[in-house]
Amino acid sequence: MPAEPQADLRPLGRGPSIRVLPRLDDTNRFFWTAGAEGELRFQRCGDCRRYVHPPAPRCPYCLDGGLTPEAVSGRGSLHSFTVNHQQWIPGSDRYVVGLVTIEEQDDVRLMTNVVDCDEEALAVGMPVEVVFEQVEDVWLPLFRPAAG
Amino acid sequence: MTELLERRAVVSGIGQSAIGRRLGRSALDLTVEAALRAIADAGLTRDDIDGLATYPGGGMGGEPFAGPSTPDVHDALRLRLNWHDGGGEGPAQIRPVIAATLAVAAGLARHVLVYRTVTESTAQGSGGRLGIGAVAGSGSDRGMPRFGGSFQWMLPYGAASAANWLALVAQRRVHEFGLRRDQLGWIALNGRANAALNPAAVYRDPLTMDDYLAARTITTPLCLYDCDAPCDGATAVVVSHVDYAPDAPSPACHVNAVGTALRGRPSWDQFDDMTTMGARDAAASMWARTDLKPADVDTAQLYDGFSIITMVWLEELGFCAKGESGPFVEGGARIARDGPLPLNTSGGQLSAGRLHGFGLLHEACLQLRGQAGDRQLARQPEVAVVANGGGPIAGAMLLTRGTG
Repeated sequence: MPAEPQADLRPLGRGPSIRVLPRLDDTNRFFWTAGAEGELRFQRCGDCRRYVHPPAPRCPYCLDGGLTPEAVSGRGSLHSFTVNHQQWIPGSDRYVVGLVTIEEQDDVRLMTNVVDCDEEALAVGMPVEVVFEQVEDVWLPLFRPAAG
Repeated sequence: MTELLERRAVVSGIGQSAIGRRLGRSALDLTVEAALRAIADAGLTRDDIDGLATYPGGGMGGEPFAGPSTPDVHDALRLRLNWHDGGGEGPAQIRPVIAATLAVAAGLARHVLVYRTVTESTAQGSGGRLGIGAVAGSGSDRGMPRFGGSFQWMLPYGAASAANWLALVAQRRVHEFGLRRDQLGWIALNGRANAALNPAAVYRDPLTMDDYLAARTITTPLCLYDCDAPCDGATAVVVSHVDYAPDAPSPACHVNAVGTALRGRPSWDQFDDMTTMGARDAAASMWARTDLKPADVDTAQLYDGFSIITMVWLEELGFCAKGESGPFVEGGARIARDGPLPLNTSGGQLSAGRLHGFGLLHEACLQLRGQAGDRQLARQPEVAVVANGGGPIAGAMLLTRGTG
């Protein structure tokens, strides 16, 4: 389908019209499939207890501890955002690319889409919570304004 | 201070191919044209060239982004090399120039040809610019390759271009420093005003603030004129041992210091300070290697793949305080040709074309030599700074006329 002409009045979408997906392997499958159980998971060091992202072979903080995937709250704050208009992938509505810092640790961030939020309400620092979008065998963590 | 080996190197020759939109020529053809001009400009022949380096070489997917590999250029010119180096990892696009200075200092080579070539305009054709991972004409997921590595954390969300990643930097600066769009606009307006005097620039028509503010949005807060202009073209320089400087036909440009540090996490999403990223570290490491100060710089050629990057470099190189680049550029007088810090005097990538860092290096050398034609600064610069890269990718170089 050819790209529609752009207009700022088009509604915000939840992301690009077609999701370019991660290639799953033994290092990242835990992250991209945790949403099947409604959880957001990161590796966590058994020793220094820090969360680690992206996945690593051993804890990059203490270089000591083993890492095990562990669920986090799914809450975070919006560190920055941009409303994308350009048709990088033809047929996309405008969508919000967000950068979310997880509540548990301020140096763990996820690039994501912010959904269920009016453009005018977007603000750096706003509390957000995870929701998942399944595409094929991948559960993408997206974030929406936190309830309450 | 230990001896700075980069001071054993000079830029002895510079050259560019034809530059333009949709030239329809191969990257190798353009590269050879630029290379032969740079070699002749240095007063050399190809038999003198014993080193070859490029960014990013053949490992980043080939044309239109990557240009030809060093083996392709090596063979096209039938060079006989003592040292060669192509690659995309390191202190930004200027990486191979820095490597070449060290190669000549170490005696691995005497004259190194360094090039950067793009054919992104021809590749784009008449269609729009697609994102990384997008396949032209694909109508379903099946047309899309999957990604591992760092792309997997960005591409699923349609963060498919450096425009998106740097818009996150810009929006964070809106939040922390009150950056405004009209302030960003001065980077674009300054570039366009300078491009009017550059016959090789791809966009030379006047650009007003009204034009800028009315331009279509790419990804908030960045608009069309915040993004550089894809073009076709090759830039080449010859990096020679400083002993050769007296024999070079044009005044040699001396390398005073290079900036190569990257102390933060090397990614677009995890860097500790999203308002600066790699420029902070590269700039600090450059100033730590010289007695020159920001006030000594006569012209700044700062990466403008996106206007926001230039703003970051202005601060991190110390031309204004952190967070103050918006007010610093406002009105345009401080960065204009007749101002205290003439910026991107060829038009930069926003207007002269996206030559990927090397156009800025080329312009710094022209200005230091006093060979910039209609756009030569009235007060011929003695010190120029060149900064390349944005986000977690950054490298810088201080060049002087004479041994500085």
